[in-house]
Amino acid sequence: METLATLFVNVDWYEIWQATLDTLLMLGGSLLFTVLLGLPLGVLLFLSGPRQLFDNRPLYALLSLVVNVLRSLPFIILLIVMIPFTVLLAGTSLGVAGAIPPLVVGATPFFARLVETALREVDRGIIEATQAMGATTRQIILDALLPEARPGIFAAITVTAITLVSYTAMAGVVGAGGLGDLAIRFGYQRFQTDVMVVTVILLLVLVQVLQSIGDRLVVHFSRK
Amino acid sequence: MIEFHQVHKTYRVAGKRAGREIPALQPTDLRIESGQIFGLIGHSGAGKSTLLRLINRLEEPSGGRILVDGEDVTALDANGLRQFRQRVGMIFQHFNLLASKTVADNVALPLKLAGVRSRAEIDARVAELLARVGLGDHAKKYPAQLSGGQKQRVGIARALATGPTILLCDEATSALDPQTTASVLQLLAQINRELRLTIVLITHEMDVIRRVCDRVAVMDAGEIVEQGAVADVFLHPQHPTTRRFVLEAEQVDEDERRDDFAQVPGRILRLTFHGESTYAPLLGKVARDTGVDYSILAGRIDRIRETPYGQLTLSLVGGDIDAALAQFRAADVHLEVLR
Repeated sequence: METLATLFVNVDWYEIWQATLDTLLMLGGSLLFTVLLGLPLGVLLFLSGPRQLFDNRPLYALLSLVVNVLRSLPFIILLIVMIPFTVLLAGTSLGVAGAIPPLVVGATPFFARLVETALREVDRGIIEATQAMGATTRQIILDALLPEARPGIFAAITVTAITLVSYTAMAGVVGAGGLGDLAIRFGYQRFQTDVMVVTVILLLVLVQVLQSIGDRLVVHFSRK
Repeated sequence: MIEFHQVHKTYRVAGKRAGREIPALQPTDLRIESGQIFGLIGHSGAGKSTLLRLINRLEEPSGGRILVDGEDVTALDANGLRQFRQRVGMIFQHFNLLASKTVADNVALPLKLAGVRSRAEIDARVAELLARVGLGDHAKKYPAQLSGGQKQRVGIARALATGPTILLCDEATSALDPQTTASVLQLLAQINRELRLTIVLITHEMDVIRRVCDRVAVMDAGEIVEQGAVADVFLHPQHPTTRRFVLEAEQVDEDERRDDFAQVPGRILRLTFHGESTYAPLLGKVARDTGVDYSILAGRIDRIRETPYGQLTLSLVGGDIDAALAQFRAADVHLEVLR
């Protein structure tokens, strides 16, 4: 403990703990809403795509445009542009609650595209086989497409979660708190290298843990 | 019974050359009797896959009417079509099993989709179906753990789950090795016998037709060019496409054979035996009676479904050839004089 204390002289461990908690809350909350919104959006993108079940060019073009516009906006800009909307939605643009709406808006289009890709990977023969059994479109989606795309969807959730970790670090800019905020305010602006090292290590561990959980789920559901 | 009345299908090309139409099936009349195994043979692009998919409307016809047991399938609405499809099983070249579900859950899927709620009822039906296809011990496995033949058996069990009266087979054995093909065909024949199921299968191998089918239609360029009982079509093919398929099955090259015969003296004729006559000692008798000598140039003795047949190409020299031909004509064999 003695050496630890001298090595990390500027580190307030309580604050680190609080920041870690904030990061985890932002991540958990935004990931939940991203999946809830992005999964249906991804399914809709897939279904309305060319030569798919609901082949609908205008709808697909519209959805694609929205997704592409949101994806091409740098997250840091989106954070600021979103502020009035965030206040409307969460009551504040600060703290964990204020960070979640921009995080969700930033990550949902990205996640939806990944879901669309995962669904496209499903063999068309599977759709044909379920159609031949007399399935409704709803049954085709819920009983065949989504179960078959499950490994791909879990991989998409993993990638999205890790992207969200880096987004939460940027959310510090608008007063969201969390590890990234700590790293910028203390590690960068006050030259407290020890704080920087600790936050970076924690973020690294977080990403590693997320990736290995994701990998396990993908392997588990691959059934290969 | 499945009836096609002037059914045709045209694909509209999308994209650059939009509006251009590609005919996949010319206006076609067809009749498939209940309880038959009906084979459709053709090269890829001949329209056989389109024709098969028109039966359960995975392809929508561009015109014409399709009747199944008197019911106009082309007039069904979405709901009626779904219910109709539960009475038509289908198996596929690449099996199309769900990799994410166990063998048992794959077979249970059509039952769930059809609205069967009772777990006990589903389990009992699945066990019965898996036993029928000889996979009773593999219920808990995933498709990736099975061989190709086993996957197709799961496909068959799944297709039979809702108790259909028609089974459509889309190149069901084309991805399998010869031995596995034989065992899957045997299973199909057995199902046809035991469940009185009408089977419509498409293939590009005449051998598949010969082994299991009652009737066959040969397709070429979106048209049925020849059809009839398998024995007739197989032993006496009329259309060039049919002839090519038969020769392919016999693994002989027509040109090669003709070259061989150029050096052979005497009359050349082909005898076709079918059924009982295959085992009758005809050749020796004719040779003794008429004094002709014969040599066998080419030949094949095999079975069409359960019925034996033989096809021999002979050359005859010396003796009374006309008397020999007359005796052949009088016997229960089909005679063709080739030269």
